[in-house]
Amino acid sequence: MLAVLLAGASAKEAAPAAADPVLEERMLAVASELRCLVCQNQTIADSHADLAVDLRNQVREMLRKGQSEREIIDYMTARYGDFVLYRPPVKATTALLWYGPGLLLVGGLAVLWLVLRRRSRMAPENFDPDEPDLPEASKASEDAAPPAPPAQ
Amino acid sequence: MKRWQFIVPGVLFAVLVLFLVRGLNLDPREVPSPLIGKPAPAFTLPRLDDPTQKIGREDLLGKVWMLNVWASWCVACREEHPLLVEYSRRKSVPVYGLNYKDGRAEAQRWLANFGNPYDASISDTDGRVGIDFGVYGVPETFVIDKRGVVRFKQIGPITAEALRDKIEPLLKQLNADNPA
Repeated sequence: MLAVLLAGASAKEAAPAAADPVLEERMLAVASELRCLVCQNQTIADSHADLAVDLRNQVREMLRKGQSEREIIDYMTARYGDFVLYRPPVKATTALLWYGPGLLLVGGLAVLWLVLRRRSRMAPENFDPDEPDLPEASKASEDAAPPAPPAQ
Repeated sequence: MKRWQFIVPGVLFAVLVLFLVRGLNLDPREVPSPLIGKPAPAFTLPRLDDPTQKIGREDLLGKVWMLNVWASWCVACREEHPLLVEYSRRKSVPVYGLNYKDGRAEAQRWLANFGNPYDASISDTDGRVGIDFGVYGVPETFVIDKRGVVRFKQIGPITAEALRDKIEPLLKQLNADNPA
């Protein structure tokens, strides 16, 4: 009795499309690479928008016909442009997007290293908090710690 | 040399501000269409008014025309509709409607209520032709030239400014062009 009830409950939850779970999984794998243009921050695998449902069906159909992931992605970018790719492609136009943060990090570290090195060479008196930062006190180099309030 | 301490961060800041200004002026909702400059996708769809008749891409070669994607369930379409109706009265360029993912009865009722600016509407009930055109938000409007090449896409409702500043000059230019 319980088994019958449980069987009935689980059958109701299964969506008709999941009749082929392998296909479904492949579809979701491809769909996770495509952006939902309506919600924009979701993939068409996650999105509930009508367009996402339509595009998932399209992907499913194309997989059923035996098309490869590459072909499906090309199909979508031909119609929607590069923005439909959830991960922006690495191209000349997106180079700044991909490498920018890395470059900034390296640049920041380089500046930090230079500043620390310069400071390590300055006389310890420059870092004495009790002495006022008068222009004539910066004997090590002109790039000593900047004067606090402008002391003309 | 103390000045460098102010100049360098100042310049960096200015660069960042430029990026911000540029970025904030971009609208991510406006996804540029990869179809511009390419032939319009092939389609053959039944007419809304007479489903036994079909209209295909080839039927529209040789003239400049606009394809307006609309639906009775689309609220934003009502914004641009009066403009389209008014435009169609001038009879300058044919406007065809792509009735996207809609029911025939609802669509016809909507046109009866709000006016019919279209030379004809065709029914894209399952949205497949919409996908081929890269439709992701209704309304959208395409300008297609005499050779069947997509020349312009308006995302969202057509505004008076878009019509005046972008679409009409383009239509004039395309109409003057006479392919062999």
